[in-house]
Amino acid sequence: MTTAPLDKAIPLSKQRLSHNAVFWIGFCAVMALLIAAPLFLPEFWRRFLTEVLIWGLLAMSSDLLIGYTGMISFGHSAFFGLGMYGAAGALLLVSPPNLWLAILAGLAGAAGAALFVAFFSTRLRDIYFAITTLIFSQIFYVIIFTWTAVTGGENGLIFDRPHLTIPFLYNGRFTSTTLHWFVLAVVAGSYLMLRRITQSPFGMVLQSIRENEPRTRAVGYAVERYKMMSVMLSGLFAGLAGVLYAIQNEFAAPDFVYFLTSGDTVIYNVLGGIGTLVGPILGAGFFQLARQLLAQFFGDQFPYLIPLGLVFIAMIIFLPQGILGFARRWLNR
Amino acid sequence: MGALGQLFHAIPFDLIVIQTVNGIVTGMILALIASGLTLIFGIMDVVNFAHGELFMLGAYIGFVVFVTTGSFWLALIGASMIVALLGAAIQIVALRPLIGRDPLNTILATFGISLVLQNYALWQFGPVVRKIPEPISSEFTLFYLQYPWYRILVTALSAAIIGGFWLYLKYGKLGVWIRATAQDRVMAEAMGIPVAWVYTGVFAIGAAMAAASGVLFAPMVGVSHTMGLDWVLKAFIVVVVGGMGNLAGSIAAAIFISLLEAYAAIWLNPSQAVIVSFVVLILTLLFRPTGLFVATPR
Repeated sequence: MTTAPLDKAIPLSKQRLSHNAVFWIGFCAVMALLIAAPLFLPEFWRRFLTEVLIWGLLAMSSDLLIGYTGMISFGHSAFFGLGMYGAAGALLLVSPPNLWLAILAGLAGAAGAALFVAFFSTRLRDIYFAITTLIFSQIFYVIIFTWTAVTGGENGLIFDRPHLTIPFLYNGRFTSTTLHWFVLAVVAGSYLMLRRITQSPFGMVLQSIRENEPRTRAVGYAVERYKMMSVMLSGLFAGLAGVLYAIQNEFAAPDFVYFLTSGDTVIYNVLGGIGTLVGPILGAGFFQLARQLLAQFFGDQFPYLIPLGLVFIAMIIFLPQGILGFARRWLNR
Repeated sequence: MGALGQLFHAIPFDLIVIQTVNGIVTGMILALIASGLTLIFGIMDVVNFAHGELFMLGAYIGFVVFVTTGSFWLALIGASMIVALLGAAIQIVALRPLIGRDPLNTILATFGISLVLQNYALWQFGPVVRKIPEPISSEFTLFYLQYPWYRILVTALSAAIIGGFWLYLKYGKLGVWIRATAQDRVMAEAMGIPVAWVYTGVFAIGAAMAAASGVLFAPMVGVSHTMGLDWVLKAFIVVVVGGMGNLAGSIAAAIFISLLEAYAAIWLNPSQAVIVSFVVLILTLLFRPTGLFVATPR
């Protein structure tokens, strides 16, 4: 429309190149650290790190909604849980159990839930959206909890971990190290995809919805369709996290469809910094580490959510951008 | 025709009457919770996620007061007062700094508060369900049931609290302030109304109403730390179905939804009957997104 930003972009191009280089160097350094980590860490912390990555993926998926589209979802447990149950179903029904089939089934389950939620709740904004996502996740919880014949009800489903198969290349049992690498590959791939999505023209429209929805509509974008796409994408990545969690723990349980999972996801986002994608992973790590350390110092019965909840409230009042908030512009460039 | 006749015969009329009474009783309690929620939303623009926790805490404090004093009515008043003070404190510490910020911040903050309160209750009282006995134990006969008078009394009391509150909003000094603030915050401030304190007062009143319903409800179901989430969800549904910030609408919606759930419970098990209210919510969102009992603009 105007040429002014274009003119400005030309002298900046040199600087942008170096920003890119710094970003990729940083990315590779962190990846190298995470790849090497299971070789040094003891079994317990290796498992812990894998789990943090999975929670990080869940948090990142919800960041697409909270941080980029400006809609708080309190219903991510539904997508996560449906991913878990989809994977469980595929692993129990198909023999021999196939890893990739489980992922596909989990994604299909999450996509179903996401379609349902997207269709109904994207008509609403802000608070209404938050409440309806919460209520929808409770619907899924009630269904899963009471439909004992299919979902196993309160006991959930238990299954064996599938083999790690890469066609023509590798076929073997998961060890905790290869599982960590597999999860890391999926999470890193998802991060790069989400980063690409948020920087694409599509992502720009999402961010403009966050900044000013009526104006975005007035400019001529079909806001509802963009919001639905955003919920769907977010749901798919959350489902992927659910599949990974199911594979790591070899069970699917209704507890993970319950509201607490969604609540934790929101906390990860706020702690780490919304709208940064990496922030939520950091937030998940911080939260889980704090929880682990509190449990070690004060015993398992210690209500770790009281101090963490107070930190959370203080963060909202004094540091609403989160731990990585200062780097938000840089990370999204 | 034959199938229809069979269906007609399959409806047990005595059960329907009983469930109607049950529905109205829970509906009035729900209305008491929801009116606090809708009041806080309508005036402060705050969605109080912690409302269910205030309800739960009210029930627990009522239990503690009851155990120490032995009087149910003292428990009711004591719990309401203490939770009102707690609500005021929460508003001053956590919500006042957020005035003027994105409303999403207040959702997150009240969500954090609900986490802290719920885990505090779990830590303090443990997972055991506590029970407050009914203050009056006489019953009357309803078909084959001995129906406790207490439930009828609860309905009347809830109605009285809501009615009294409505009169106060209409004629009381703080009530006029509250309405003025709801209409035009800046103008109210210019007229010398201490808007920040009106907000605190509104939050305290809403909290007290939640606590009162918690104590009133406790003899029927028992007190546990998880009761908050179930009820705040129901209250949210009621508030959305009735129209956000619309007091009369929420009361009507509370009774409507409770009746529907009570009827559904004749054929379904109670945990599935909840889905009925979810369906009502979905239909409302689809066809009348501003609420079932208000005209849709446009």
